[in-house]
Amino acid sequence: MAEPEATQTDRAPNPRGAASPGDGPGSLPPAGRLSPRSLAIWAAVALVGAVGWGVLALSRGEEISAAWLLAAALGSYAIGYRFYARFIADRVLKVDRTRATPAERLDNGVDFHPTDRRVLFGHHFAAVAGAGPLVGPVLAAQMGYLPSTIWIVAGVIFAGAVQDMVTLFFSTRRDGRSLGQMARDEIGPVGGAAALLAVFAIMIILLAVLALVIVNALAHSPWGVFSIGMTIPIALFMGVYLRVLRPGRVTEVSVIGVALLLLAIVAGGWVAESSWAEFFTLEKETLVIWMIAYGFIASVLPVWLLLAPRDYLSTFMKVGTIALMAVGVVIAMPTLKMPAVTDFATRGDGPVFAGSMFPFVFITIACGALSGFHSLVASGTTPKMIQKETQVRVIGYGAMLTESFVAIMAVIAACIIEPGLFFAVNSPAGVIGTTVQTASEAVTHFGFAITPDALAQAAKDVEEASLLSRTGGAPTFALGMSEIFSSVIGGSGMKAFWYHFAIMFEALFILTTVDAGTRVGRFMLQDTLGNVHKSFKDVSWKPGVWLASAVVVGGWGYFLWVGVKDPLGGINQLFPLFGIANQLLAAVALAVCTTLLVKSGRLKWAWITGVPLAWDVAVTLTASYQKVFSDDVKVGFFAQRDKYRTGIDAGKVLPPAKNMDEMHTVVTNATVDGVLSVLFAVLILIVLADAARTCLKAVADPGSVRLSEVPWTESKIVAPAGLLASAEEKAELAAAGLDSGGGRVKEPVA
Amino acid sequence: MSGVRAALARARFYVREFSGEAAYDRYVAHARSHDPDAEVMTRRAFERARTDAREADPREGFRCC
Repeated sequence: MAEPEATQTDRAPNPRGAASPGDGPGSLPPAGRLSPRSLAIWAAVALVGAVGWGVLALSRGEEISAAWLLAAALGSYAIGYRFYARFIADRVLKVDRTRATPAERLDNGVDFHPTDRRVLFGHHFAAVAGAGPLVGPVLAAQMGYLPSTIWIVAGVIFAGAVQDMVTLFFSTRRDGRSLGQMARDEIGPVGGAAALLAVFAIMIILLAVLALVIVNALAHSPWGVFSIGMTIPIALFMGVYLRVLRPGRVTEVSVIGVALLLLAIVAGGWVAESSWAEFFTLEKETLVIWMIAYGFIASVLPVWLLLAPRDYLSTFMKVGTIALMAVGVVIAMPTLKMPAVTDFATRGDGPVFAGSMFPFVFITIACGALSGFHSLVASGTTPKMIQKETQVRVIGYGAMLTESFVAIMAVIAACIIEPGLFFAVNSPAGVIGTTVQTASEAVTHFGFAITPDALAQAAKDVEEASLLSRTGGAPTFALGMSEIFSSVIGGSGMKAFWYHFAIMFEALFILTTVDAGTRVGRFMLQDTLGNVHKSFKDVSWKPGVWLASAVVVGGWGYFLWVGVKDPLGGINQLFPLFGIANQLLAAVALAVCTTLLVKSGRLKWAWITGVPLAWDVAVTLTASYQKVFSDDVKVGFFAQRDKYRTGIDAGKVLPPAKNMDEMHTVVTNATVDGVLSVLFAVLILIVLADAARTCLKAVADPGSVRLSEVPWTESKIVAPAGLLASAEEKAELAAAGLDSGGGRVKEPVA
Repeated sequence: MSGVRAALARARFYVREFSGEAAYDRYVAHARSHDPDAEVMTRRAFERARTDAREADPREGFRCC
């Protein structure tokens, strides 16, 4: 097969390349043979990883230290980053150090500006990593730690980090165009429209599931409700401070904010023991109403008042806590109590979510292994700030590896607590009942013995009324984290504080996402409605803002309400939908990347994103198929519908429904969820078909290829590619008179 | 001693860059680099314009799950 002719801008060697000032002796040698020293280092790294995997694979029945899990993951990440990511950057993408990035060409000192790579790494990481990598791995722990760990590590190296890096690269070559725009420009209007619709639908499901995680963590928890509630006045105070008192002094106000936040966590403990406790003890239904009201009000308030300051708080907390957690795990080195692989992996009848290991582990764990959502960040803000094309590896691939590491810590947190406790916390009330006795019986029946007293004591340790059926992952993660932290600082007396600290940590960025996501959904909706009625395009037209916000909040609010009322368990029903949706977005991103590889004359490397795409599509479509067509009522939405419909016709109430109303609820929910599964599968097929059409056309008629790539312009910036400068790069920086951050080469004065 | 001072200056640089506190200085420097007498916004006006821009297009600075 002939490779299509590449367009001028992409392929042709740059016309002045060799003669350009920034490209003289500093031109890096191709990644060739390793020196004996680095050979020895990489052999040692490989050995650490291999021993880690070896211990994970060979230990059966005995408890092993989490250190092996860390060794396996970190060793593999290092190898993946050094060899595979470098191969993709140098050989496939052919990142061009002589080519100016949009940040350099369009530098306006505000949104386009070349940013120190280490700062941008922080920005990008803070933007991609949130609650996702902490939730999925916890739920997937019902199948044991091994399937999750293998998928998180292999998935990130071959799929997730590749997607992020390649999307970042192509968007950088297009002045930071968004994924939706690239889909429209490069695949076609049909694929582009399907991609946009997919993004919108996913946003709704995502927000509903994240809000459900928070509602489940805060129900009947006066401590949690008080301390999370306090974040609102704290954020308002910070907002006014930054707007009126001392504009732009972000660091000082964040320090004040974090101090107040810690105070709010401590004060939550006092409130829970005082007469106020009753006022802050809320039912799930009440919390849902509060969440919906909060979501609507927050999204129509000015950004400076609530969203921006909350964002500062959550970013500081995120970076600080993740660093703390890494240190905590290394110092505490806890033991994994969950089996490597549980029976639920093969039988597919787990209480946390139904379905067998393939495909459901791979959709339950999205963030941390392969997350479609990242492509929205990698194609939006980051490309406008990147200094050099050569830095896509450290920013795109590197930040995703770091998120994957966060997911590994979530696996550890979930697997170091007693498995019996894990299942009592994560099974819906319909399965384990509502008392410690029934829960103990049910969980022991699963094969994980735990006494009623132990369940009661675990709740008492963290000063919660009950831990039963606290589904959604956040409470489990908080239990694991309080276990780790209290063994390092404070002993068991601090368990309750650390538990609520962890809940706060997750709640904070989920609330930020709820607010920011509602705004993005609204923006998309306004943009679409603007085609019908012009005023909607004007984002300052208040009726349009309110209406569009109400529609978006109504959308996720509906699923949230359904989620807490569903007798079958909201997380159990909705999380697979969220996973399918997220992986669908990954399929869109990977399809765009693969199309671009083909169109830009890189057909022989199309497998780099093509293989992850094929895997992702296989997983997503299998999951959708099972969710739609499975006869197993635990898995198939329509099978559920039929079963409960028949029950209603016969006048019978089937458990876990307790009355006829609940029977009807199950039928309605199963129908809606089933229809959505079909919709997602159809959208994915449309995008794929349109992408395949474009690729075939590009191969058959290379002359017809039109890339919307910005032409080559010479870069005058010198900056290292990785976090640390190599010897050659140091010499180059010194010659240009620049420090390790790099920068523009000064023009000689004429 | 100078090593400690350099390290602190470096840390301060990163915190200011990461938090966005340096955005105003960058804007002024950018404006002045073209014309030393350029009219620049006050810090208050600049920070307002910056957050208000986020209002207009919420996709900037979006956070993932």
